[in-house]
Amino acid sequence: MEAIILQIMNGLDKGSAYALIALGLTLIFGTLGVVNFAHGALFMIGAFCAVTLNKILNLGYVTIDPTQTDFLGNPLKVKIPYVYNIFGENIGNIIIDWSVPLAILITIPIMVIIGVIMERGLIRHFYKRPHADQILVTFGLAIVLQEIIKYFYGANPIPTPAPEAFSGTFDFGKMIGLKAHSIIYPYWRMIYFIFAAVIITAIFVFLKFTTFGMVVRAGMVDRETVEILGINIDKRFTIMFGIAAAVAGLAGLMYAPIISPNYHMGMDFLVISFVVVVVGGMGSLPGAVLAGFLLGMLESFASMSVVLNILPGLNQIIVYLVAIIILLVRPRGLMGRKGVMED
Amino acid sequence: MAEAAKNIVLHIADVHKSFGGLHALADVDLAVEEGKTHAIIGPNGAGKSTLLNVIVGKLEPTRGKVVLDGELLTGKKPHEINQMGVARVFQTPEIFPELSVLDNVMISAFAKRDGAFKLNIMNSLESETDIQEKARKIIIDFGLDKQINEHSGALSRGHKRRLELAMCLIQEPRLLLLDEPTAGMSRHDTSTTIDLLKEIKSTGMTIVIIEHDMHVVFSVADKVSVLAGGRIIAEGSPEEIRASEKVKKAYLGEAQ
Amino acid sequence: MFKLEKKDAILLLIVALMLIFAPFILNPFPENSGLAQFNAGYPDLMQRFVFFGIFAIGFNILFGLTGYLSFGHAIFLGVGSYAAIWVMKLLTMNILLAIIVAIIISGLAALVIGWISLRRSGIYFSIITLAFAMMSFALAYSVLTPITGGETGLQPKVTDPRILDSALLAGDTPKANLFGLDMTATYNWQVGDWVFTFNVGYYVAAILMFLCFYLSIRIFSSPFGMMLRAIKSNQQRMNYSGLNSKPYTLAAFVISGMYAGLAGGLMVAMDTQVGPERMFWTASGEVVVMTILGGAGTLVGPFLGAGLIKYMENIISKINVGVLHDWFYWLPDWLENFVVTIIYPFVGKGWNLTLGVIFMLVVIFIPGGLVEGIRRIINWFVKRKNISASREITDSDNMQQAGEIQQAGEEAASRGKNNG
Ligand SMILES: Nc1ncnc2c1ncn2[C@@H]1O[C@H](COP(=O)(O)OP(=O)(O)OP(=O)(O)O)[C@@H](O)[C@H]1O
Ligand SMILES: [Mg+2]
Repeated sequence: MEAIILQIMNGLDKGSAYALIALGLTLIFGTLGVVNFAHGALFMIGAFCAVTLNKILNLGYVTIDPTQTDFLGNPLKVKIPYVYNIFGENIGNIIIDWSVPLAILITIPIMVIIGVIMERGLIRHFYKRPHADQILVTFGLAIVLQEIIKYFYGANPIPTPAPEAFSGTFDFGKMIGLKAHSIIYPYWRMIYFIFAAVIITAIFVFLKFTTFGMVVRAGMVDRETVEILGINIDKRFTIMFGIAAAVAGLAGLMYAPIISPNYHMGMDFLVISFVVVVVGGMGSLPGAVLAGFLLGMLESFASMSVVLNILPGLNQIIVYLVAIIILLVRPRGLMGRKGVMED
Repeated sequence: MAEAAKNIVLHIADVHKSFGGLHALADVDLAVEEGKTHAIIGPNGAGKSTLLNVIVGKLEPTRGKVVLDGELLTGKKPHEINQMGVARVFQTPEIFPELSVLDNVMISAFAKRDGAFKLNIMNSLESETDIQEKARKIIIDFGLDKQINEHSGALSRGHKRRLELAMCLIQEPRLLLLDEPTAGMSRHDTSTTIDLLKEIKSTGMTIVIIEHDMHVVFSVADKVSVLAGGRIIAEGSPEEIRASEKVKKAYLGEAQ
Repeated sequence: MFKLEKKDAILLLIVALMLIFAPFILNPFPENSGLAQFNAGYPDLMQRFVFFGIFAIGFNILFGLTGYLSFGHAIFLGVGSYAAIWVMKLLTMNILLAIIVAIIISGLAALVIGWISLRRSGIYFSIITLAFAMMSFALAYSVLTPITGGETGLQPKVTDPRILDSALLAGDTPKANLFGLDMTATYNWQVGDWVFTFNVGYYVAAILMFLCFYLSIRIFSSPFGMMLRAIKSNQQRMNYSGLNSKPYTLAAFVISGMYAGLAGGLMVAMDTQVGPERMFWTASGEVVVMTILGGAGTLVGPFLGAGLIKYMENIISKINVGVLHDWFYWLPDWLENFVVTIIYPFVGKGWNLTLGVIFMLVVIFIPGGLVEGIRRIINWFVKRKNISASREITDSDNMQQAGEIQQAGEEAASRGKNNG
């Protein structure tokens, strides 16, 4: 029992990330009809927003602290971050400690801007081109974005800590009345899951209960009719692209403490997220979310040692295996509309 | 029986097709005689194209069967049905827009010949003189010789239709299905198409034609079936249909 | 020649000459000149042109003709390599057997993967093949370590059985050979300041590449190739015209898989080692890029694309800050520094960035790749000639003649197109 719950929980954080990326992919595919291979790069850029803010906040100058000495007895040189000067040492420390959540503030506008520029400057010109061209150009863009990040940040993963308060673990088993120490779970992963759940809910509420969302949903089903009604669907779709980019960015940002961002994390997640979209059903938002969590958990179950003893390496391939099987036996995916990809 | 004496090429027996709750076809029975042109007319949404889709295997009928020369078509794949001798011209032309007119026609002949699969990479296209000749001839017959090397995607709508017809005929089908071959054509193009159809007819081809233009129907059809709301409501010679009150009602009822 | 049309025969001849004289063509600069760094006529690089040329030519038979965009073709490159290395470990260092086995095994792998993937088309096909690529890499890296050597990969060892070869002499290392002909054997020919290198391995690979190109021409100009093109253009029409498209697309998939297997086998035949990164998805992406860059669906495009990318990779990744400063020393200092700063991210380790940018530009502006680019330039010249010609004639009120010339020009242009 504990083992099962533990595996489910272990699948939660990855599942959340898959779900968030897949949600964005689905929104873009559903609204713009574009297959965006650069979506993973947006996830990565989000993570690097956290890295960047963390670095900026840690910028400082070196001075000599007369009150301290090093082991040779000389006055100690210390680095003072500039934020100390602005906010004082205590608040400054808190700000640095909380750099990852704080980065949300800069990430949202940055990602929306990147998304809108991408849509207006590039994707827009590919609506009428074949899917293969869309895949290719966004694939090229993904390479470019990834290499730019690599140029500025190097090839090594950059550890980006979560706030001190959330960096440890807690005893989830005890919390829900099971044996103590049976389920030890990191705080930040729990936060990530909650964060993802909030964003997913927000997107659904937004699409369901606002006029904007209603128009977008209508446009996803039948673009032409909506346009005949005189609604400027293009503009809304651009905004939708910006939102999808922001979601991917936030997903990456909050994932930074879990993974230590590196330049190829985007592609790693993108491929699986595509698989998630396919399993969930191309064009189905609930499908994307459901499949994201399911595959995340499946992966974590497949990495249990019990399983690996029987089927070594299963954890590495389970996601792809499931995708291939789904495409073959139920091509429209778990929740896809009939006919969507049954050609 | 007198019926048995006539050679029935296509037999549609008790065919139903429903999409969810919509009965696009119900109780459809139809017999097409050899060498005859059988027209199917009816208001928009009557189920005419659906009927053709059932014949060529694009759709599986909910009930009933389609038989060609005594062989069951129902349940077979489109390419198998074509290989049995059914060729179709679509309501919107289905051609290979990136390729030349000549290529289009030749492909159709190759598809017929090598449909099952043939890895004949030691033949070049130029060495396939039989098919090449045949294609050129048919293109000339169809008055497309000026456009023979043009991209077929750049042709006018009328020419595309004619190309598709040529692609079907080079396969020397047993049964030719035409879905509104003159829709959207000018009066002039329509009358050349009528001449063309008459010529095809004179070769003894068995044809099923869907048509809205009554002028075309009365010029070429030997027999007319009227489809409305998925049912055949009348059948007979063109004259009989013209005179039928029931048919008028069906059309007028639709028009109101 | 070889039952080919004239234009194809000429094309084949050009390729043959290029392959034969590559050591000269690729080494235009004297050994000690500053430009020697742009030379590409050394065995390692020439061999890579050929490996990736074969890989791309094969990929093009699938993607260029049928339009099915596979993101998993490096699988077959890897499978071919592993098959070849095992032949070299267990049976013989004679590369002939290794290559044959590589082609057969990768063909079988392609048959299985193709049979599954081709049940879907469009982006779903792309995603399934990508999933297969990720899966194969993960497996080669982990579970299949006994077969693949995991992260370290495999190479022939002195202690391997090699039951078909006579025992090695003491102190000898196993050498890849073709009936005794050493693949690494090289002859340098010094002519004045120039040094030309002739390598046995390269020429063996070049002969195979020639055969591959010939086969590709055959496929392109055969009814079979025409059926593939038609499937790309309108699969629905094809089905209603009596063609069962499945065996055709599967055949194209398997053929392209076998090309990849041959390329993989050759890689092993020349450098006798293999690692799982050969089948990483980026390798699959690379062949896509090569094919598109050169021109998908054209005969020479993929070969051009492969050559260009491998050449630029080699040259550009060698450039460093020092080289850049050498190049721009004649600029005023501040401008020199500025230019170097701008260019620096794109060279050296930044090669992939350049690749990404070039790739995007090609997809955006010339989706038909380099071949189409060249064609456009030729057309533009032809048109200009026509316009000036027709203008003169129009002046003399002879419209009909103008029309004929126009038509002749267009025909010439379209002939140029067919030659691509
Ligand atoms: N694939 C489908 N799914 C659902 N409904 C369909 C489908 N195909 C046709 N229908 C419906 O079946 C009915 C008959 O359509 P059909 O295309 O056969 O009409 P038609 O007689 O050819 O009309 P038209 O003259 O406009 O071509 C219509 O109501 C149509 O909406
Ligand atoms: Mg119709």
